[in-house]
Order: sequence, then structure tokens, then C-alpha cells
Amino acid sequence: MHARILSSCLSALVLAGILGFDSAIAKLPAELKQQIAAIQAVGPEGAGNPAAAIAFKELSASRTDAILPLLRAIESSGPLARNWLRSAVEVIVERELRSQKTLPVDGLRVFLLDTRQAPEARRLAYDLLAKIDPASAKKLIPGFLNDPSTELRRDAVAQLVTKGKSLTEDDKAAAIATYRKALDAARDVDQVKVIATELSETLGQEVDLPRHFGFLVHWQVIGPFDNSGRDGFAAVFPPEKKVDLDAAHAGKGEEQVKWQPLVSTNEYGKIDLNKPLGKLKEVTGYAYSEFVAEQAGPAELRLGCKNAWKIWLNGELMFGRDEYHRGQRIDQYKMSVHLKEGKNVILVKLCQNEMKEKWTVEWEFQLRVCDATGTAILSTGRPATPRAEAATK
Amino acid sequence: MRYPLPTLLAVLTFLAPSWAWADWPQFRGPNGNGSIAGNDKLPAELSKKTIAWKAPLPGRGLGSPIIVGDRVVVTAASGPEQNLLQVLCFSKSDGKELWRRSFWATGRTMCHAKTCVAAPTPTSDGKRIFALWSSNDLICLDLEGNLIWMRGLTLDYPNASNSLGMASSPIVVGDTLVAQIENDSESFAAGFDLVTGANKWKIDRPKTANWTTPVVLKSGGELIVALQSSKGVLGVQPATGSEIWNYSKGAATIPSGAVAGDTLYFPSKGLTAMRPGSGGGETKPLWNERAQNPATASPLIIDDKVYIINGTGVLSAASRETGERLWRIRLKGPFSGSPVASGNGHLYIFNEKGIGQVVDLSGEEGKVVSEIELGETIIGTASISGNALYIRSDETLWKFGLPR
Repeated sequence: MHARILSSCLSALVLAGILGFDSAIAKLPAELKQQIAAIQAVGPEGAGNPAAAIAFKELSASRTDAILPLLRAIESSGPLARNWLRSAVEVIVERELRSQKTLPVDGLRVFLLDTRQAPEARRLAYDLLAKIDPASAKKLIPGFLNDPSTELRRDAVAQLVTKGKSLTEDDKAAAIATYRKALDAARDVDQVKVIATELSETLGQEVDLPRHFGFLVHWQVIGPFDNSGRDGFAAVFPPEKKVDLDAAHAGKGEEQVKWQPLVSTNEYGKIDLNKPLGKLKEVTGYAYSEFVAEQAGPAELRLGCKNAWKIWLNGELMFGRDEYHRGQRIDQYKMSVHLKEGKNVILVKLCQNEMKEKWTVEWEFQLRVCDATGTAILSTGRPATPRAEAATK
Repeated sequence: MRYPLPTLLAVLTFLAPSWAWADWPQFRGPNGNGSIAGNDKLPAELSKKTIAWKAPLPGRGLGSPIIVGDRVVVTAASGPEQNLLQVLCFSKSDGKELWRRSFWATGRTMCHAKTCVAAPTPTSDGKRIFALWSSNDLICLDLEGNLIWMRGLTLDYPNASNSLGMASSPIVVGDTLVAQIENDSESFAAGFDLVTGANKWKIDRPKTANWTTPVVLKSGGELIVALQSSKGVLGVQPATGSEIWNYSKGAATIPSGAVAGDTLYFPSKGLTAMRPGSGGGETKPLWNERAQNPATASPLIIDDKVYIINGTGVLSAASRETGERLWRIRLKGPFSGSPVASGNGHLYIFNEKGIGQVVDLSGEEGKVVSEIELGETIIGTASISGNALYIRSDETLWKFGLPR
């Protein structure tokens, strides 16, 4: 009951925030608008820094009524300007709290619950509220379970994980349900791993991690092509010119190479070229996959890889990196892309170098498609995740 | 003749060597070699009795504290992916937190678990603080914590990163901030305008991961920045990045060099000393001593000796003149941080397990005279200022000094 009342109050506050949003922007003093604009104008290689510094000095001398406009401006700001605005808020808050002044608590709460605002800024608003009234702020956490802010969501997931642990001993069914709820909401890899381990190892449940993350596990691969002297990264081999899955090409040493299927059964979607092509050195391979988008729109390709790589979406080079064996993790590289409706084709180039140490054996990558919060976007008609047992047959 | 006091002070300040500030404004001190003159009353004992204060930190960091006037500044990184970059300023006298600023990383924050995103040591010109993180976010604040400028170097140069983590610390030379952003891919060094953060120069560097910090030496009557890498050491003008001299026989990529006046002592095939002249071109070494083999810790120079710590935790003292080993003792390792020393004749080093050790350097050979176990991981290097020693562990900033 209490939670329902709290929820109703929060809904009212959000509504008030939404209704008041546009008028609040319109009412901004011209001076404040100019200062924010000066900060939002910062650009590459230090452009705009001097003007931003002047604006910052003026802004940070503002009273607490500037806090909310500054937080709101974060949504429409670039990555550098966001930090300028954040820093101005911090200076104001620090000074005002030292002077025993109060922060605009109601406004911060409305801002926090307005999911149109920048996720990082909303987390900052939460931290400010928690600084003033930790108990009240904590009560908001369960409401963040499916929040666009992964930082806010993280706290709600953590609460469920704690609850799941407490239930495991006495009420297995409730523990499973709690962990499932936590898993559905979890986006941070460390939390997902903890939950998946509890579900599978402690509670004997099946967990489809490739599907949860949206890893692409069905590929066609071809290789090896040459990478002697690490020249393969810049070289243009036939798959870069045209992907023809029926074609054969001259590979390294004039060996004829053909496309072949590779299906990953790794729970974190690792596509290991060593398996079909052998543990080779100074070689280049390609992997091709198709992704059917239900609708056109923004997405992220997130890659983990410790070899040199390039990636193309629908024939357009997204990014490439010639670093070898310095480490790999899920979501190591995040690339904002635009998916077209229907079939999208993804080509990955993967170069293995000459190093002989045992920690340089890997020739693999893991790629997923998701939205900006890390929520998986699944290909239409995505096949069932292959099971390890089936793959060994 | 009488001069107004401000004029006299200005002249004295101009003439004074940098260590006379008594600040510790960068990695391994004002001279970039681990030592600082004076500080005779720095305690030779590290114990509960000499802990002046300690302050909690919000996140890990490897960078040393820097001391600017009455302030101690450290960086940190927090959050599950270390995406929140922090600068914290404490009062030198009582450890009170004066201000804290946080920034969202704009570059990649992946790094090896042993290191962290707040690996580089910040630096200062006495008026501003310059902080760099492994994400290649470079930020300038004034001493009150007001943002002066910010650069996202991975936004500008998208392949400038190292998946193991970056750790080279920036330094201030004259009116230029010099940083080595060196890695396997988009590798460069640059000089930045102190006031605006704009590039003054940017040069390509060897495409190899490199964690060393630049040092400054006098060469041909001017200050030259020595950029160390796997290829060797390149001497450049700090204001322009123009090459002055080069040493191309290779050098280490983890321990940095150390300077005394016009002589550079750097890890290359053991330890190598060289005194580049004004003639430019390829520089020849004064000596090379293969037996002196620095591991992660950078060499320390004090008086007529150079001290190194090898991979087994053995501390060696060698003659600066010849490289000849004078003595060696085994310390309790392993070490990631570097030794520091002051005019009190003692060397200070903290190992990765959080054990601080003090070595008396006054005898025929070094002798460990004090130890303290702080109970937290320490991967960084201590700092010295005002007869006090500062060290940051994973969770705490510590100050050691004689009780008042």
C-alpha cells in the first residue's frame, strides 16, 4: 500500500515535471541561456574552452535556482559540455550546502523521475538527493528497476540480488523468481554474471546469456589471409570488396579458402576463429553475419576483442583498431550505428599477429547489438541459442 | 639600494630552483627524479605515532598525491566501470576535504585489474591543476576546483587508448603541459597550452604501449623534454615539440628515467646514463650498466647516487658517475611504486601489499630502519613536502609527519 502511494506521488511529480519542463526552459534568463550555450559550444581539440571557462565562472557563482536548468541542459549537450555543466552544479551545491542553504529538493526529485532527461544527469540528481536525505532517496530505488539510466537501474538490481540471496535457503521458487526479475533488468556485466551464476549453479536454472545480451552467435567465416608484418590490417582482401558466400579466394600461401559456418556455444558469445581455422599466427580472417531489424533506428554495436579488427555495417566501415593482445572484455568498444529495417549485414575483420606467448593464442571476438542502455536488440527470427551439447555432436 | 618587497620576492622566486617551492607538483617530485632537497625533519620512522592524518578516498587510484601550497590533490576513479573520474583536494594541515570534482569519462575505461583509470599522477604549475586519466580525459582546474578546460583526447583521437590501461603522467614545462599518449595504435605526444588546453604541438610516437612519464633536463642551456619509449629517448623542445636530440638504442616502457641537471639516467639495457649536448643528433651514453636493471619502479637520484629496484625487490645503490654498484639490499616486495627521498638521508618505498619501508642511506650500505603495514594495496609512489610524506592506498590518503 505504502509503495502504491509512493508510486502515485511520484507519478504526480513526473507529470508536474513534464508539464513544467517547456515553460521552465522558456523562462530561463537570457544570461543563463548564453552561458549554457557557451559551454555547449565546446568542441574538438580544445575549441571553445576559453569562452566556456568564462561562462563556467559566471554559472558557478549562481544560486541554487540554476541547478535544475543546468541539469536539464545536459541532455542536449555533448560529452565535454556535459562535464562542464556537471562541474558547475557541483560547485554551486558545494558552496550552498556549506552556507547551510537548501537545495531544490522537489525540483531535483521531479528531474530525477523525468526519464527524458540524460541518464547521467538523473543519477547526479539522485546523488544530490541522497546527500540531503539518504533514507528518502533509498525508497526510490525499487522504482528504477527498468529505468533508462543503467546507474539507477543497477541499484535496484542490487536490491533484488540481496533479496534473492536471502530467499535461496528457505524459498527456492521465490528466489528463482527474484533472480529472474533481477536478470531481466540487469545490464551491467558484473551483475549479470552474479545473477546467472546464482540461477544456474545454485538454483539449477537454465540461463540464456547470449540472448540476454544479444550476442550474435551465427556466423560465416573465411580465412586465413595473410597478416605477415601486421600488414593484413591495412590490406584489402576479397571479402572487403564483396561478400560472396559461395566464392573461394586465394588465402595465405595461395591456399584456396572458402566461407564456412561457425556457431558459437560460448555463453558470452565468443566467436573463436581458432576453432575452424586452426591456431594460426600472422593471419587475417573475416566473419559475416546478418541481422534482421524489426524497424529502422539507432542501435549500438558492442564489441570485445583483443586482436586487431575492423567492422563494417551494410558495407560502411564503422571502426577499426590495430591493437593486439592487450585485453578483451564485453562491450570493450561501443559503436553507435543506424540499423535499417530488414536485413543488415555485418562484416568483421580479425587479424592475428606474430606473438608466441601463451596469452596471445586468442583469435576471437564477441559482438552484440543493443540499444544505448545495453538492452539487447534481437534479430527478427533469431534462432534458438545453440546449446553446447548440440554443438559438440 | 632598496627594492619593494614584492619585487624582491618575485626576483627570488624567479632565481630559485624549483625545489625551493617545497611543493611536490608532479610524479616523482619537482625534479622528476624522486628526490627533494631539504625536508630534514621528515620522520625516519613510519608508525602509528607519525601518522599525521588519513582521509578516505572514493575510488582507486595509482597516481601520487601532489602538494601545491597548503593543498594535497589526488585523483581517483569510481563506479563499476570506473567511469566517474574524480579530483579531490585536501588541506595539507589537517586532511580535511576542501573540494571534490567528478567528471564522466569520455574515453574508454577498460584496463587491467591491477592498474586503474586514475593511474597518472596529476601535475600543477602552482596556479592550476592538470589531471589525466587512462580514459585520456585531460582536465585543468584552478586551486579552488573551478574548471578551466577539458579535453577528451580519445574523442579527438579515437584510437588513442590501451586496453591494459594508460599510466604516463603529464608534466608542466614552462608554459606547456606535456603528455605522452602512447599506445599500440594512435600513438602521440603533445604539448598543450596551460590556459586553454589547445594543442601547441602534437607528434607521432612509436606505435607501442608505453607507460613512462616524460622528464625534463637541461641540454645546451635550455630545458628539454625527454620522451622515453621502446625505441629510445627523444629530446624535444617543450614549446614546439621539435626534435633536439635522439637516442635510438631502445629503452624501457614501464620505469621512467630520472634527471640530475643535464644528465639523464634511464632504463635501457639495464641502466644507461647520457648527457645530451646542444649539437643534436644521436646521443651517446656516458655509461651503461646491465647489472642495474630497474623493474617497474623508476630510478631515484639523490646526491651522487642513483638507486634502482629490480624485479626481485633488491634495492641497489650505484655511482652516478660510473654506474658501478655500491651496495644492494633486499626489500619486501613486490613493488609497483617508485622510491622517494629527501634531504634527511632516508629512502621511502611502499610495496603492493601496503608495507612502507624506510631505508637509511647514511651508512656504508642501506639499512631498513622502519616498516609499517597499512593494510591496503598500494601501487603508487609517495610524495614529500613540508617535512611530511604522503601516500595513497586503494582507499585512503595518508600523511606521515613528526608529531607537533
